[in-house]
Amino acid sequence: MAEPKPRIGVYICHCGVNISATVDVEQVTAFAAGLPGVAVARDYLYMCSDPGQVLIRQNIEAHDLNRVVVASCSPRMHEPTFRGAAEQAGLNPYLVNMANIREQCAWVHADRKAGTEKAEALVASAVAKAALLEPLEAREVEVTPGAVVIGGGLAGMVAALNIADAGFPVTLVEQSDHLGGRVADLNRTYPTLESAAELLEPLIEQVRSHPNVTVLLNSRVTSVEGYVGNFQVAVQNDHQSQISDRQAGSIIVATGYDVFDSRRKPEYGYGQYPNVVTTLEMEQRLTEGDLAVDGRTPHNIAFIKCVGSRDAQVGNPYCSRVCCMVTAKQAYLVKERLPEAKVTVFYMDVRTFGKGGEEFYDEVREKGVLYRRGNVSEIVRRGDRVALIAEDTLLGRPIEVEADLVVLAVGMESRTDADAISGLLKLPRSADGFFLELHPKLRPVDTAVDGVFLAGCCQGPKDIPDTVAQAKAAASSALILLLRGTVLAESATAVVEEELCAGCGMCVEVCPYGAPALHPLWNVSRVNAVLCKGCGACAVTCPSKAIRLQHFTEEQVLAQIDALVEV
Amino acid sequence: MSENTFEPKIVAFLCNWCTYTGADLAGTSRIQYPPNVRIIRLMCSGSVDSTYVLKPLLDGADGVLIGGCHPGDCHYQSGNYKARRRIVALKETLKRAGFDEDRVWLRWISASEGGRFAETVTEMTEAMRAKGPNPMREKWAV
Repeated sequence: MAEPKPRIGVYICHCGVNISATVDVEQVTAFAAGLPGVAVARDYLYMCSDPGQVLIRQNIEAHDLNRVVVASCSPRMHEPTFRGAAEQAGLNPYLVNMANIREQCAWVHADRKAGTEKAEALVASAVAKAALLEPLEAREVEVTPGAVVIGGGLAGMVAALNIADAGFPVTLVEQSDHLGGRVADLNRTYPTLESAAELLEPLIEQVRSHPNVTVLLNSRVTSVEGYVGNFQVAVQNDHQSQISDRQAGSIIVATGYDVFDSRRKPEYGYGQYPNVVTTLEMEQRLTEGDLAVDGRTPHNIAFIKCVGSRDAQVGNPYCSRVCCMVTAKQAYLVKERLPEAKVTVFYMDVRTFGKGGEEFYDEVREKGVLYRRGNVSEIVRRGDRVALIAEDTLLGRPIEVEADLVVLAVGMESRTDADAISGLLKLPRSADGFFLELHPKLRPVDTAVDGVFLAGCCQGPKDIPDTVAQAKAAASSALILLLRGTVLAESATAVVEEELCAGCGMCVEVCPYGAPALHPLWNVSRVNAVLCKGCGACAVTCPSKAIRLQHFTEEQVLAQIDALVEV
Repeated sequence: MSENTFEPKIVAFLCNWCTYTGADLAGTSRIQYPPNVRIIRLMCSGSVDSTYVLKPLLDGADGVLIGGCHPGDCHYQSGNYKARRRIVALKETLKRAGFDEDRVWLRWISASEGGRFAETVTEMTEAMRAKGPNPMREKWAV
């Protein structure tokens, strides 16, 4: 190569006393100055500070440096900082290398002599690699201006509308034959008691009539290819054979939840006794205005909370977050309809959080609903009625309460088809089965897959306001990509030296992203840099060593090994 | 390092996403371990070439540690499985060629397992110390 000889600047950081307490920084600097290719070696109190960066920038110009090594903290911490500094001085950012002498040396060793020796070895290794570094281009790829939203429930509709309102085309894919999801099965919402239909129907109408939204009912996603900014989503209609292909810059997953199947708690007799129903069935009864069991108006009504939630025995240790308020709401509506009826709620804890929640709970009790703290262990038949056998944990004694109607406040579970979605998109799931957000606090709608976002209960149980908030968050995250119009791609990709390639295709087989492909005419492999994530699997597999992973080439790694073993 | 007691030299190849980050966590948690390990950062354990393992051993390093994500957790989906296969085969080859294959360790250490990283290094340093110097130190110059 006609490349100029390496002129490396080495910068050793004291990090206050974080590094210099264990590592003799002056000694390491003197050592670095003697390494091959090093033009200048300096130490400074805080390399990442402004004066530290200015030192590097001025040195690049003054000493005509073409490589920079910074020995300081982990590259996971400040690599972007020093790359930026180099770039400002006109040096390609990929010509910067770091030696981690803080996290992986000074902070884990107490012995100054051993720490200093190790720091020297790490600096020598970083310098050896730096000499062989090549400039790489920061690459941007264009983003397909549009999104696919999977799931036509509340979360999916809100997310789709937000993206559509920003002016981008959205495809909304819904498995069933209608929009609205589970909210369509509800009667009234808590704590305001407004009708769910009044809330949902205008929304459905907006989605249907929006010029930017394409609704695909009776449809499911069968494959997802591509990467952030450029996904190809295949959608299959249940009644048609052809598959429609959708291009999308981002994808929002809003697939919702499954309702806990009460038959998994056989002690409650659900499915056996006509008197035992779930909160969802109760919603329907309330909508129809018919609470009768076998034609008889109930006088004693009992609610049991936490059915399928906070229950390790059924595998759901988590709280479903909505059942306390659903129960309070239904108890209230029952009392409104049947003021003479006795309504009892069995609970472990009452969690009526959220705006207006606690106030509503007070109102429900004022209306005469009785809350009894205790777990119902069994429901048995008593003629036309049933009896709840429980322990009142406040009184500390067993009780038996007869009821004409028992309502089980069923929890939420991850959907049985979550596995399929997870497989299509490579979405990780948390221990509870719901899709895993990238960070529990700071990135609640992002996922491990760039460009794929979560909205609604597919990420975990939540109520309507939280679902809407998350849907809007997911839409705005998806819109960041669409509005920016480009996305940064990995620069340290694999490249093929075609002269050496025998066309065996092993790289094609090992790549999880489909980046290498054999040229049909020349029968040599070529790596599509846009698809390549830079893992290096192909480079190791290639029997002819025709592929190298840029920025982590074999030459560079072997040079690092040599330096480490020698020092 | 003192002249009369043998201090093993261990080269470690750690994947960027799990074990390298775990080693950083050992640092931020100030968990102490022997200074005998020298780390090379790679993007994925699946990109550890057999040459990367052989070269230090032939150069006279006393042990090689490869650290990757736990099965199922690979940032690149399956790189750690590729590493596992490659290292199993390599160790078999080493054994047949008369090398001590237990100088090569493959361990799964996640980004949250700083303690486990420190323990692994401690354990490996002791194991290599017990073995004594890599005989290749004397016999080869590569």
